[in-house]
Amino acid sequence: MDKFGMNSQTEHWHAKYVGTGNPDISKHEWFVNQHRDTLAYYASDNSLAAFISIAEGESIARTKYNMLQRMQQPCGHAPRSSGTDS
Amino acid sequence: MQGAQKLTAEIKYDTDLYETGDKLSDYDQTMEINSTGDAVQVKPGRFGYTAPQAFIDELRGAEPAESADPFKELQRSRGISRIIADNESEYEKRRHGRSVGGAETESYAETLKRAQLENEKAELISKIQKAEQEAGEKSQRKRRWDQTPAHVEATPGGSTKRRNRWDETPKVAGGFDETPRVSGGFGETPRRSRWDETPKVSGFGETPKVSGGFGETPRRSRWDETPAATQIGESKAGGAAAAALVEDPRNAYMSDDELDALLPSEGYTIMEAPSSYVPIRTPARKLMATPGPMQGTGGFHIPEAGSSVQVEAELTREVPGIGALPFFKQDDMQHFGKLLDGQSEEEMDAEEKKEREILRLLLKIKNGTPAMRKVAMRQMAERARGYGAAAIFNQILPLFLAASLEEQERHLLVKVVDRVMMRLGPLVRPFVRRLLTVIEPMLVSADSYARAEGSEIISNLSKAAGLAAMVATMRPDIDHADEYVRNATSRAFAVVASALGIPAVLPFVRAVCGSKKSWQARHTGMRIVQQTAEVVGAGVLPHLRGLVGCVAAGLGDEQQRVRSASALALAALAEASAPYGIEAFDEVVKPLWQGIRQHRGRGLAAFLKAIGFVIPLMDAEYAGYYTREVLPVLVREFQAPDDAMKTVVLRVVRQCVGAGGVDAALVRAEVVPPFFAAFWVRRLALDRRSARHVIETTVELAAKVGGRDVVARLVGDLKDEAEALRRMAMQAVTQIAAAHGVLDVDGRLEEQLVDGVLYAFQEQGEADHVMLDGFGAVVGGLGERAKPYLQQITSALLWRLNNQSPATRQQAADAVARIAAVMRVCGEDELLGRIGTMLYEYLGEEYPEVLGSILGALRAVVDVIGVTDMRPPIGDLLPRLTPILKNRHEKVQENCIDLVGRIADRGAEFVPAREWMRSCFSLLDLLHAHKKAIRRAAVSTFGYIAKAIGPQDVLATLLNNLKVQDRQNRVCTTVAIAIVAETCAPFTVLPVLLNEYRVPELNVQNGVLKSVAFLFEYIGSMGRDYVNAVAPLLEDALVDRDLVHRQQAAAAISHMALGVAGTANEEPVLHLLNLLWPNVFETSPHSILAVLQGIESSRLCLGAGRIMMYTLQGLFHPARKVREVYWRIYNMMYIGAQPAMVAFYPAIDEPASSYARSELDYIL
Repeated sequence: MDKFGMNSQTEHWHAKYVGTGNPDISKHEWFVNQHRDTLAYYASDNSLAAFISIAEGESIARTKYNMLQRMQQPCGHAPRSSGTDS
Repeated sequence: MQGAQKLTAEIKYDTDLYETGDKLSDYDQTMEINSTGDAVQVKPGRFGYTAPQAFIDELRGAEPAESADPFKELQRSRGISRIIADNESEYEKRRHGRSVGGAETESYAETLKRAQLENEKAELISKIQKAEQEAGEKSQRKRRWDQTPAHVEATPGGSTKRRNRWDETPKVAGGFDETPRVSGGFGETPRRSRWDETPKVSGFGETPKVSGGFGETPRRSRWDETPAATQIGESKAGGAAAAALVEDPRNAYMSDDELDALLPSEGYTIMEAPSSYVPIRTPARKLMATPGPMQGTGGFHIPEAGSSVQVEAELTREVPGIGALPFFKQDDMQHFGKLLDGQSEEEMDAEEKKEREILRLLLKIKNGTPAMRKVAMRQMAERARGYGAAAIFNQILPLFLAASLEEQERHLLVKVVDRVMMRLGPLVRPFVRRLLTVIEPMLVSADSYARAEGSEIISNLSKAAGLAAMVATMRPDIDHADEYVRNATSRAFAVVASALGIPAVLPFVRAVCGSKKSWQARHTGMRIVQQTAEVVGAGVLPHLRGLVGCVAAGLGDEQQRVRSASALALAALAEASAPYGIEAFDEVVKPLWQGIRQHRGRGLAAFLKAIGFVIPLMDAEYAGYYTREVLPVLVREFQAPDDAMKTVVLRVVRQCVGAGGVDAALVRAEVVPPFFAAFWVRRLALDRRSARHVIETTVELAAKVGGRDVVARLVGDLKDEAEALRRMAMQAVTQIAAAHGVLDVDGRLEEQLVDGVLYAFQEQGEADHVMLDGFGAVVGGLGERAKPYLQQITSALLWRLNNQSPATRQQAADAVARIAAVMRVCGEDELLGRIGTMLYEYLGEEYPEVLGSILGALRAVVDVIGVTDMRPPIGDLLPRLTPILKNRHEKVQENCIDLVGRIADRGAEFVPAREWMRSCFSLLDLLHAHKKAIRRAAVSTFGYIAKAIGPQDVLATLLNNLKVQDRQNRVCTTVAIAIVAETCAPFTVLPVLLNEYRVPELNVQNGVLKSVAFLFEYIGSMGRDYVNAVAPLLEDALVDRDLVHRQQAAAAISHMALGVAGTANEEPVLHLLNLLWPNVFETSPHSILAVLQGIESSRLCLGAGRIMMYTLQGLFHPARKVREVYWRIYNMMYIGAQPAMVAFYPAIDEPASSYARSELDYIL
């Protein structure tokens, strides 16, 4: 198809990298991706996790666990009405 | 910044000449969208050439017709036949005898019954024939010695002459049931067997009494069932005759004009053709018709230009509904004639319309131009389900059997079948049998591409139709009387096994191998295993035990052929699974062992082969034991007259000797002497393939017993009278010297070796690389020890350099190139100097091949002596080389530029600057050489020269060259400029470049931009000192109307930003990014790619946060086009620097949502 065109790699990227977006993405989806990326980053970066745990008054392990748990549904349910909110 | 404004606003060159005040007014106001053109193609603008639109359109329209394969016509005119039937071997021709199979509705039981009947019939026929032949032989026995039996000669086709029994190699099993191996390698020579001749037909001629006994019809039926309905021998002649019919105007039908002139006009009326009349469309029947008496023309006449006959021949290329085809063969008439009958499709029913549609698509695919073919192929695949399997295959399958089918056409048809099959899936089942009948012969073909294609399609077929359908279809063929059919079936089955997995087919194969009913079935079973091992390779390992179990019982079979096939299957399995899996072979080692003692001849060959492949799998200890045991048999069989046996023996020797645990002393004593006596003979050297086997085995032996012993036996053959044997010995010596060196060769043997090599080198008849390689390998291997012989070698070479024959001179020069290093090692500088002077004198050589070699030799000499000590001095040498640079021959160019580059690199100071400038001009020509190596050498030579004489003059030459039309030349020039800048530091070049950009010419400006891009690519982080210097230039380019300007500027920015990342140059890069960003909406593929790359590189320099700010503007833009681009940039950034983005995601403060990321607000 179009070798260099706009959409040549889009599908490949979507398959390979979950967080990539597309022109039809909804606001909710985009923010879920952002949150997951952020939480994953917090949980994987030790000094950041230590910073947050001090601020929250929790142990580091608890903080990391919380982050991982929150990754399941970082922004709550998707809004019901589709199409109006994006 | 100010400079840029000046460039755009103030500078106007020669306005009276260009007649334009505004720099940009002549550009196209619209950009060509979706252009797939080249990156720097000249836009129809100010300085490009142009033509009226009508002419351009006309040229565009004419293009597809030009794109038909030009080689086809060429091949036809040279008489190279690509017709498959013409190039088939006798064995392959047997495919024509196969019946295509019964109706699709035939049940499995009926099929089986029919197959059985056919088998019985064939058996009966063969019995009768055997009796017949024996009777014939008995009566003629007396004359066997002095003349060939007359009745054998009498085959009516004349194409298959039976070989005299006495001059063919004796074979033991003989006759009827042999398969020629196609896959080369370890194969035996294809043999003709009785089935290959056309005995059926010949039988009628000679012995009418016998054949009368069972009548003609039953016989005929087997051989004549093909739809073509012609014997193969005839079809060739038929094709030729058909062609002649078309070509010869005397045989053509009379035109209406001719008839009008011939017949009286009154008294006759022209009748309408009756409505029931249908024109004959089978050319075969036309052929049978007696040619009319000389019509129209009597004897010779001068053909009129554009006579009606010729016009008609041309017109057949026009097919209604398709248009012009590149060619339309006479044979196509048979299949596609329907399309030409001129009936309108309005009144046809749907079925008939569909048939015509399919025919049209097929014709387009088969005979059309590539563009037509592509479209038709896609349509065929898309509509396959709509047409249905029956409608499609009923048209395709007969095409496969056409007598004049060419390789290319078959390839296309196979492709169609493949595509259609993919769409149809299980719907192909009713056609499996017929498809197999036409595809299986490809598996037996001598052409490896055909084999690969055939196995791919059968593999797809088996996936589409499923195992059950495949097994049911092939089952009747497994014990078919015709060996050809069984062979093809076994190959097809192996492909099915590899496609559907060995475990799926293993039960069936096991049952076939154990068949009690017929030995043919067992034989085929063994072969299926053998072919499977060859197809699957190491993939047999998990199922090795099962497969060995299938064939193991066959070793003790009552039928000799089954035993052989079983042993061959084991050999193939062992070869495929090497070096693993000896456990699986445990049970067969003993029977194999016994088989070697019990068998003789062909059977023995198979068993030996199996043992030979099993031994390398064993532990060293066992391998040594078995090798010791098998050696006496092998040595005995050295004497075997059979070629096949020889090949096997050589292979087994190689395997056994290569395996661990074999004592070198044993091999030296037991194997080497008889081996050399039996195999190093002139007769074997004449046959290329057996010579190769002998050489490989010899090298393997040398690895075992040491090169010295083997070389000692070979030196005699190096001076043999027969050239072939000398070549063979030379090849062996070369390989031994290359693999093991000649360190162990000493004293007398060394002398003999050099003497032999020199003799063989000098006495060679045909000059090729064999002798040269051997010469180089031996002299190179001797190293310092070659010193005593160098005097002699040099004088021989010098004499040969002066030889009359160009091939000899070329070879001598090549030899010099190879031994120059050794001469230096031996301290023979004076000899080298002599050779150098000699070569210098021969630079006037007129044969380009020879001149190229001489230049190569000179280069080698310069390399080892060094430029300072070179005789003749470099200052004399280079002026001679400059004119040679203009030579058009590729080899000369390459060697010459290499030599010049080397001199420029190491000894530029020996040559005056004026001379270097001269070579600069010659070098420009080399920039449009075809070979990339030449262009690269030329470009880097510019760098060396610039370093030697300073960049100014070289740059002036190069910048002038930017004005040329040829794109490749310009591109190379820009690369050369960048290299000059790199070698002489950018500050010497950039001012000149910046100045050159002011020339109001598209090519020059683009060239400058491209040079800047390359320059920043080459100098990397050194670019941090030049960012501010080029920023105005890039600014100007980025706001230029011309797309290519912006594209090149984007490329330059991308290289620059990559180089200066982390060197505190954010400000200018950000400034350029601001100018770059508006280009994200470019649609031309090269431009958008360059722009996106520029942004990506800027991200590395500026950080993801900055780019994020830009991106956020358009991620949720109402226009989809905008969102698409912005999301692509976002994704690029996400993949490249996801963690860096975490801190920059937009903070959102919607009270109701849970989108806030509160952790970022924590403050301790």
